[in-house]
Amino acid sequence: MLSLTLLFIPLAASLLLLFSRGGLSRNLALVLTLVQLGFTAYAYTVFNAEGAVPFDFLRNWSAKPFINVHFSMDGMSLLMVILTNLLLPLIVLSGYNREIERPHIFYSLMLFMQFALNGVFIAFDGFIYYIFWELALIPIYFISFNWGGQNRTQVTLKFFIYTLAGSLLMLFAFLFLYNGTPTHSLDWAVLISNKACACNQTWLFWLFFIAFAIKIPIVPFHTWQPDTYKTAPTQGTMLLSGIMLKMGTYSLIRWLIPVVPEGVKEWQYIAIGLSVAGIVYASIIAIMQSDLKRLLAYSSIAHVGLISAGIFAMNLTGMQGSLIQMFAHGINVVGLFFCADIIFNRTQNPNVEGLGGIRLVAPKFATWFMVIILGSVALPLTNGFVGEFMLLFGVYEYNTWLSVFAGLTIILGAVYMLRMYQKVVLGEPIMENMVFPDLYWNEKVVLISIGILIFFFGIFPNTIIELTEPFLKTITK
Amino acid sequence: MDNFINLTQLITPASLIPLFPLLGFFITALFGKQLKHFSGWFASAMILLSFGLALHLFLNLPANQSLNFNLFNWIKWGNINLAFGFLIDPLSLVMLLVVTGIGFLIHLYSIGYMHHDEGFSRFFSYLNLFIFFMLLLVMGNSYLIMFIGWEGVGLCSYLLIGFWFKNDSYNDAAKKAFIMNRVGDLGFLIGMFFMLFYLGGLDFETVNANAINYPAGSSLLVAITLLLFVGAMGKSAQIPLYTWLPDAMAGPTPVSALIHAATMVTAGIYMIARSNLIFALAPFTMEVVMWVGVITSIFAAIIGIKQTDIKKVLAYSTVSQLGLMFAALGIGAFESGMFHVVTHAFFKALLFLGAGSVIHAMGGEQDMRYMGGLGKYIRITWLTFLIGTLAISGIFPFAGFFSKDEILAASFGANKTVWILLSISSMMTVFYMFRLFFLTFSKSFRGTEEQKHHLHESPWTMTLPLIVLAIFSVGAGFLGMPAVMSSTHYFSQYLAPVFEGSKSLITEHHHADHGTELMLIGIALSAAAISIGLAWSFYVSKNQIPEDEPQGLSKWVANKFYIDELYNTIIVKPIMVISDILFVLVDKLVVDLIVMAAAWIVGFTGRTLRLVQTGNTGFYIFAMVIGMMVLMFIQLVY
Repeated sequence: MLSLTLLFIPLAASLLLLFSRGGLSRNLALVLTLVQLGFTAYAYTVFNAEGAVPFDFLRNWSAKPFINVHFSMDGMSLLMVILTNLLLPLIVLSGYNREIERPHIFYSLMLFMQFALNGVFIAFDGFIYYIFWELALIPIYFISFNWGGQNRTQVTLKFFIYTLAGSLLMLFAFLFLYNGTPTHSLDWAVLISNKACACNQTWLFWLFFIAFAIKIPIVPFHTWQPDTYKTAPTQGTMLLSGIMLKMGTYSLIRWLIPVVPEGVKEWQYIAIGLSVAGIVYASIIAIMQSDLKRLLAYSSIAHVGLISAGIFAMNLTGMQGSLIQMFAHGINVVGLFFCADIIFNRTQNPNVEGLGGIRLVAPKFATWFMVIILGSVALPLTNGFVGEFMLLFGVYEYNTWLSVFAGLTIILGAVYMLRMYQKVVLGEPIMENMVFPDLYWNEKVVLISIGILIFFFGIFPNTIIELTEPFLKTITK
Repeated sequence: MDNFINLTQLITPASLIPLFPLLGFFITALFGKQLKHFSGWFASAMILLSFGLALHLFLNLPANQSLNFNLFNWIKWGNINLAFGFLIDPLSLVMLLVVTGIGFLIHLYSIGYMHHDEGFSRFFSYLNLFIFFMLLLVMGNSYLIMFIGWEGVGLCSYLLIGFWFKNDSYNDAAKKAFIMNRVGDLGFLIGMFFMLFYLGGLDFETVNANAINYPAGSSLLVAITLLLFVGAMGKSAQIPLYTWLPDAMAGPTPVSALIHAATMVTAGIYMIARSNLIFALAPFTMEVVMWVGVITSIFAAIIGIKQTDIKKVLAYSTVSQLGLMFAALGIGAFESGMFHVVTHAFFKALLFLGAGSVIHAMGGEQDMRYMGGLGKYIRITWLTFLIGTLAISGIFPFAGFFSKDEILAASFGANKTVWILLSISSMMTVFYMFRLFFLTFSKSFRGTEEQKHHLHESPWTMTLPLIVLAIFSVGAGFLGMPAVMSSTHYFSQYLAPVFEGSKSLITEHHHADHGTELMLIGIALSAAAISIGLAWSFYVSKNQIPEDEPQGLSKWVANKFYIDELYNTIIVKPIMVISDILFVLVDKLVVDLIVMAAAWIVGFTGRTLRLVQTGNTGFYIFAMVIGMMVLMFIQLVY
């Protein structure tokens, strides 16, 4: 029943918010996301004490076709649930002093998104998982479409169709699996057992892979992403980059690798090759980006490229690293986009080139921005380092030269981040009459929380490893 | 049993050593505004406490013993456990004493030097943070902990070079330092992967224990050591990764003294000394280390001769001296390399702080062409600077004499070409150092009247460190006297346990007989005397002042052989162009075009097929008949 509660709270919250108005909406949203966070903390203690059993929920939905509603929990699911429910209050709080039209709908959509994301991470039946996967797309579409910036119609449509096309491929994959499995079941436990489908694993691999590659995104399936991140309202971008793209990397480990092991082994070299090429490709593009949000978007492509490379290395090190890095990247990228939002909100200038001198007038902001950048460039003792170290070592175990190439990210990452920081924050102000108040209270709370998380998981990564290792060991053997 | 109890009692003080500077960082960073100038004193006190603890360990750690302990498991997965732990042995103790001792003096100095700066507290918080990371670097019991410190000091270096962040060229210098170091760090990182994969761990004990199972010269050990050396080249500014160090002089002068002369830049030497066993097992790498050191030493010394900025001369001198240390490591004289690290830390810190005192007196002027005759205005600075200059020149009995003599003697035994090259480099060092000294302190003042009026000696917080460092620049050398003068070499004896394993692997050729030793000393000292004479004749007798626009070869040297411009042309610019091309041509045009084309095909098919839906029943029947005929045709043919 715990699983249902995890879903129920945000769903009920989403409905409740529709009846609120004005300033009440955001306060209510904050309280409700905090309730969900509190409940998640409780779920964590239960999981540590009793394991998955209290989370299991299995009911037959329909006999023909045979569909079960199956929710469960393991270390990896819990990690992603924690990430989602930890970030949501921060994302809500980050919008506190922004003008948002029709806030009740905005926050309602956001909590509906939280509901869908939680569902994706605890669904253990392919059909249910697919439903939540698609459900998550709807609120973010409306958020981007209604509250987005320039060209939002065009950009959002492209994003929507692109990801929907990916989902279609995944639907085909599940249909194949359903038909091919003797018991006609999409239950995760069945799909990963030997009794599963004797289908053509190459086809399955590519259907799943492209579906997830679009979501993550892995180069060359990424062209929807920079524009969408730029156009979507910042809270939407935070949801997309902080949590939603983790649906893709999570699904690689949950669905692709254990369900299609032969196919993955056969095509591993292409998947890992694309991921690693994407790291360097996106990093180099990020260097000369003049638009701040788009620069961060490309840096995000580089980071998730390393995450997927580590996953496709198919060893314990790489996968463990990927989970640590998913968690770290979620926190850091939300922080980075928030910093970009703070800058845009005060200067109305989206452009790296025209900024500068912020350090002079807003030292607190500059400091916390730096802290998040340190996490992002993987300085040891920040959360980014542990993930990157293990990911690169995972890739190294697969192939030495590939890890050297992937390792360029530690140089290129420093190049584009420090270049950006220098242009935006340091130096003398370029804009005339720049008014740049230092952090407001809500901004302080968000950035300091993120800063603390960055160091906490940099110093105690074992909290994540202990949670997720038992599960990873079962799929890496 | 007694010893065992003693050792465990040392764990707490050892763990506290890095904690004090960390505490200092938090306090000065969070309460800088409230503390005002007290933060300088507070930060200095934290370092003094660490120094006291280091001294305590030094006095109480039994000889031939080391203290190795883990504090907690940092990253633990599968069957790998990367623990967070410290190793206290003679080698780390030497570095601890140098870092905290000189670190304290430079903190004290900075109270005076930075007194009028608006970022006073921020400066001390960065300095404390630097000491914290530097301590992790030298105390870590594994390569990974060393790497934490390694990258951490890189960060502090970045923050302190760009301390005056309003100036964009300073920011450029800071960024350049960080990125160039990262290039080296990638080597270090991959080197760690090799160790973790093949040698079963990253702590020094495991690595050494497993490395000796490999034959000397095995490609694995060569690969590991070469990769580690790439890291060392970045951190210790060796060719080709040296160009960040001269630019790093943009930072406040105490930073140049502490980070970019005495401590951080010697991390590469410490790392190789720490890894002496695996390096000794990789003769090829040793050869590479030696030659990179020798070439850097000469190359930087040549550039140093033509610089006019007082700090730039000292920066190139640092690069050159680091090269000398690497050369020592490369020929297997690890303890001589470390000895020079220590003496160099004293006299180079002294020289930089002296230069800082000069700049302070000159109101910010760094160009030696506008100095001159300062000796009579700032006596303490003048005298201590002279001691530093004599020490770096290797004049008996100053500290540099002993350590440099040792390296030269070792190279004479190992490779005569190397000895000749290093001797030439030392001669040039003496020349440019005395050129600097004469241009700054001798003859008459060449600055403006206003500057002349303003000339004054620095406050006691600045001169006291100068005096203390000067005393050590005279005295430190006696820790390691050549065999011809004394039968005990305290320094090597103290470090001997650390280098025990590699001793047997290195062919022992640097024990020349007394006659040769005296001859070498004679040659070195006469060469130094000639150089001093030359500098005297140019800059005192003939009263030459470096020209503004040198011609011919001088122009190349003064412009540092245009290496920065070369790097810009072959690396920086191309990457920028590629970045633009990838974005505009590949990403926007090709990749996205394919996506849009796919979408367009779907749309086109839809639009086209729609035309078929005419609503005309006759057309539908016609189409149906045609369809049936086609199907029948297919049936017949197959």
